[in-house]
Amino acid sequence: MDYRFQYGVVWQNLDALFQGAWLTFQLGTLSFAGGALIGLICAAIIAYGPLLMRLPVHIYVVAITNTPALIQIYFLYYGLPEFGIRLSSEACLLIGLILNAGAYLTLIMRAGFLSVRRTELEAGLVLGMSVVQQIRFIVVPHIAKSIYPALANFFIVILVMGTSIGSIIGVDELTGQAINLSSVNYRWLEYFTVVALIYVVLTFVASIGLALLGRWAFRVRARIF
Amino acid sequence: MERLLEQIPEFFTAANMGLLLEAAYMTLAMTVMGCLIGFGLAFILVYLRQTPGLWALPLRVVCITYVEFFRRIPFLVIVYLVLFFIQALTPNASLFTIAVIAICLYSVAYTADIIRGGLESVPHTQIEAARTMNMSRLQTLIMVVLPQAWPVIIPPAIAFAVSFIKDTALVSQIGVFELAFRGKELNNQGYSGVLVFGTIALCYFILSFPLTLLGQHLEKRLATPRGQRSARKVRRT
Amino acid sequence: MPHLAVNGVRAKYGAHEVLRGISLSIEKGEIAALIGPSGSGKSTVLRALVGLTPITGGHVEIAGETIDYRNANAVRAARDRMAIVFQQYNLFQNMNVMRNVTLAPIKIKHRPKIEVEAEARRILDLVGLGDKHAAYPDQLSGGQQQRVAIARALALQPQILLLDEVTSALDPELVNEVLDTIRRLAREGMTMIIVSHEMAFVREVANKVVFMDRGEIIETGAPKEMFDNPKTDRARDFFGKILRH
Repeated sequence: MDYRFQYGVVWQNLDALFQGAWLTFQLGTLSFAGGALIGLICAAIIAYGPLLMRLPVHIYVVAITNTPALIQIYFLYYGLPEFGIRLSSEACLLIGLILNAGAYLTLIMRAGFLSVRRTELEAGLVLGMSVVQQIRFIVVPHIAKSIYPALANFFIVILVMGTSIGSIIGVDELTGQAINLSSVNYRWLEYFTVVALIYVVLTFVASIGLALLGRWAFRVRARIF
Repeated sequence: MERLLEQIPEFFTAANMGLLLEAAYMTLAMTVMGCLIGFGLAFILVYLRQTPGLWALPLRVVCITYVEFFRRIPFLVIVYLVLFFIQALTPNASLFTIAVIAICLYSVAYTADIIRGGLESVPHTQIEAARTMNMSRLQTLIMVVLPQAWPVIIPPAIAFAVSFIKDTALVSQIGVFELAFRGKELNNQGYSGVLVFGTIALCYFILSFPLTLLGQHLEKRLATPRGQRSARKVRRT
Repeated sequence: MPHLAVNGVRAKYGAHEVLRGISLSIEKGEIAALIGPSGSGKSTVLRALVGLTPITGGHVEIAGETIDYRNANAVRAARDRMAIVFQQYNLFQNMNVMRNVTLAPIKIKHRPKIEVEAEARRILDLVGLGDKHAAYPDQLSGGQQQRVAIARALALQPQILLLDEVTSALDPELVNEVLDTIRRLAREGMTMIIVSHEMAFVREVANKVVFMDRGEIIETGAPKEMFDNPKTDRARDFFGKILRH
């Protein structure tokens, strides 16, 4: 092979990469949080809502989960300006990821919602709880433990896969930084191998953190490997 | 909005639709290749990973490391890595080949995990019974374990195939003429983003929704022993 | 020359030594019963013989030939001569009864299919399941599944049959059909090692009773002597406890 590896440059610009990693983490966390909220509401609608509300939710979920996240983000980034809305790349990415996560998290949470028996909810109703209170005090504690592994796993997915799409529309998260720096020194291979390793470390740390959180909060044994 | 309506007849020309059709075919071709090759290689990987004996420890470690590594980096990064790596070796490699390699590396890692989960779901006692009858490791795997592992492997495998169709969109970044690439191209030519990407989204939807439905149907059918048995009758064990 | 000779065999599960020097010998056609409290290592002896639990000391001889269990070929030869029936039957769930019984003889021992299937029918009749050859395991009762497991073991034409607590997982009313099958085999002169809790049955069928406790053989003898007149304290303690009801 005729290529000489020069990792020196990468070493010099490590802080830029770490900044990218930090942005990745922030975007991932915010997207997950927003998506989880949407997921909770939509799952509740699917489980308890009237047909008129369930239908749009189903359409939303089916549409998002059968189309690529990249296209959804392109749609926002190139489509919104036509309605006069000009958002930054980061905002587009965030909105796109939140909507995307919301659909998948709806599916995860729906499974949880459906596992709560009607009788438990009726007990809550009899005690005078509103739907929101029922969800908060009966459903969530009941399902939190069983859906936690799926949630934790999805967080990793959003963190790693989702945020990297931002690089395509110019967001300076980890992959974006790699592209920026590589365009300057042309050390693509070196930068990307280091970035790959950073992703692995990032997801490992996140996995372990989530596993420990699960063990502490719910006594759930979540997979690391 | 009027601009969008004006563009519709210009957009939906035979030429453009032809391009999109070709691009859809490309997307589908990459998905199928990635899944089939990925599944085959993943199977071998899982088999190697289970090789017993102390001498095989390095082999087992390599297999585990591969899967864990490629599952934890974004597909986009894998695509770029393969691109730069291959171009450093052979500058004239075709983009399609590079895309397929990246796809296979990615799909092997995920599929291997699915297959391993399926194989491990078969009670160990089945394997013990087979070994005491002097069945070799390969015979046990093919005649006893695999037939019982299928119902556990298929639903997540189909789910992965569905997500895979969507992941191929990222290959557009290295210039392969699939749907996302054509979409970006048409948008660059001046067509409305809403129109273009709405249409592209619809194309992806048409490709992936039937598979989603198939997956849901099979998941329901394979959940019961009777369903599994009638599914197995297709294959004589 | 004894059919099977076990000399000072030791085995471990992790750090815990399960067999601490087991020695026994069995003649051709003899039926030995291993009895004792839970955790005494009785099942482990059988598992060690078929190579499922590694042997860490001592050796095993079959018809005078020593078997080195670290050698894969030797293990294969040992498995060729012995067949084991498990407590949980372990039938192959993805195959029907006939296939379960004929798979190994056809695919592993390479015997002709017609011959094997004819013999399989004979054996299934012997265990009383002649009409069930197309059934799948999940369609059969526990007792029926266990009898299929015995048929599957017999189809291998073993020299020695190992029965590991084959009635322990069965409902009481299903136990007798399995015991009857074993009685029939005993009459036909099959060399067997039986691990069982069914004391009345052991007393009736066994030629030799081996009492084990905590990985060691405490006492060996003919059933009548062992049950009526155990010589060691531990054996006396055990028999006193179980035979009270």
